[in-house]
Amino acid sequence: MTVPFAAPTARPDFAYIARWVKPGAKVLDLGCGDGSLLRYLKETRDAHGYGVEIDFDSRVDCIGNGISVVQNDLETGLAMFESNSFDCVILSQTLQAMKHTEEIVREMLRVGREGIVSFPNFGYWRHRLQVLRGYMPVSGALPYQWFNTPNVHLCTIGDFERFCTEHGVRVIERAVLTDGQPVSFASNLMGELAVYRFDRAA
Amino acid sequence: MTPPRSVGAVVPQTAHFDEPLQLRSGAMIDQYDLVYETYGTLNAERSNAVLVCHALSGNHHVAGHYDSDERVVGWWDNMIGPGKPVDTDRFFVIGVNNLGGCHGSTGPSTVQPKTGRPYGASFPVVTVEDWVETQARLATRLGIERFAAIMGGSLGGMQALRWAITKPERVAHSIIIAAAPNLTAQNIAFNDVARQAILTDPDFYGGGFYAHGVVPRRGLRLARMLGHITYLSDDSMAEKFGRGLRTGAYRFGFDIEFEIESYLRYQGDKFADRFDANTYLLMTKALDYFDPAQDAGGDLARALRPATAGFLVISFASDWRFSPERSVEIVKALLDNDRRVTYAELGSRHGHDSFLMDDEHYFRLMRAYMNNIALEIA
Repeated sequence: MTVPFAAPTARPDFAYIARWVKPGAKVLDLGCGDGSLLRYLKETRDAHGYGVEIDFDSRVDCIGNGISVVQNDLETGLAMFESNSFDCVILSQTLQAMKHTEEIVREMLRVGREGIVSFPNFGYWRHRLQVLRGYMPVSGALPYQWFNTPNVHLCTIGDFERFCTEHGVRVIERAVLTDGQPVSFASNLMGELAVYRFDRAA
Repeated sequence: MTPPRSVGAVVPQTAHFDEPLQLRSGAMIDQYDLVYETYGTLNAERSNAVLVCHALSGNHHVAGHYDSDERVVGWWDNMIGPGKPVDTDRFFVIGVNNLGGCHGSTGPSTVQPKTGRPYGASFPVVTVEDWVETQARLATRLGIERFAAIMGGSLGGMQALRWAITKPERVAHSIIIAAAPNLTAQNIAFNDVARQAILTDPDFYGGGFYAHGVVPRRGLRLARMLGHITYLSDDSMAEKFGRGLRTGAYRFGFDIEFEIESYLRYQGDKFADRFDANTYLLMTKALDYFDPAQDAGGDLARALRPATAGFLVISFASDWRFSPERSVEIVKALLDNDRRVTYAELGSRHGHDSFLMDDEHYFRLMRAYMNNIALEIA
């Protein structure tokens, strides 16, 4: 059975990521899930490349989606991939679940000319409100309870930008979304999901 | 979807080739037979053929059973058949016994027409490259220009890889399971111990044992026992046999005491009854010689550059003879060339033999990949 292609509306960051991927680009999607982003990029940007996924069921779904997918534990780096071998390396809604955050960002910029990450903004006002009330936030962007969440390194937009400055990462573009719509005002407060495009600072 | 079934009773066929074959070693074979079986139906476009390459001690009998003896079930019958991962309702599957084999294809035990005697030790050394050439000729004979997939485990996976390099235009997908881009020194060492067991058996007669009405059983048996140990994992042996004793108590002698001894000797005996010693020597040498990177200055990525197929590479975590790291070398070389490749390391605990076992994840992966191929050619 071929898995029907998930509409990009299911993942509001897809459209932004696609906008930043050059036509015909060679892309590496880390933590690619069922491969629907790569399939979306193939169909809308004529992009090609590979998914990396540790979960078995997701990899089977990738095959169904016609996506080349390799098993590799992101926490151990990207040794399988040569330096500068991709136009773009994507880490979509996985950064917050990584134990080795610094290493993976470094690896992304080693194997790719550009990186794109998306992550839930812990600074979103609804998240802040829940913390103020004394509870860990649960929302559309953070759909887990504290005890079953895969997220180990939640951050705010402010945190991430400081991280970039301190780690030689140059932000090229940023999109902040709430309910799939762009936010232009007080983004660290009003934004639910952040999407960044970056490269190595000169 | 229909529940998986057997392909049922199958009949091996023989293809005779008169066109001389130049072997990689420099030797020439003037004529030869290849024995093969087919399952399923070749479609009108001739686009649904799948070639199954056999491993070290394999043959053409991949699926189904023989009418003469229903217990003689194909060695990959769990994988291949109607409704199985390699679905013979959709694919035309070919199993072939390699040149040098001892199950009908021309090999050391074949009686030469000129002399009326078996080739014996005079049968030339054959390589994976030579097998690909003979299989390609068989495919042409069967009207197959391009395979939907060529697949194999272990030495079979090496053939699938070689096909993709040597005849890229004839392979749409290459499925390489529990294989490696070449043997490690440790692997060659195991092979040589196995060969020495055969070569030093007094009944070997320099490969000419046929004329003496004997077979070097002791050597074959030892070779197989050693091989068998390396195909299993420590875990699977512990699970299956542990330190179990046949009589429940030590007997302080050298007869069979531990269950594992009994098992290995049984496997060794069974093998010695059905396999040709000269063929075993040839097949292990073919393994030793396999090294596609060799002609590319040791650069596997450069060696794989001609390959254009889609690849599925599968390894098994408990396989210490051809470890996952060795499969990753193939994957990396393909990635370096920007080739389509899907890679999975499966958690099966059965060691190198995992590729022959039932495993839910393994079969789901194969099913998904083969399904995709079926959609491509539909």
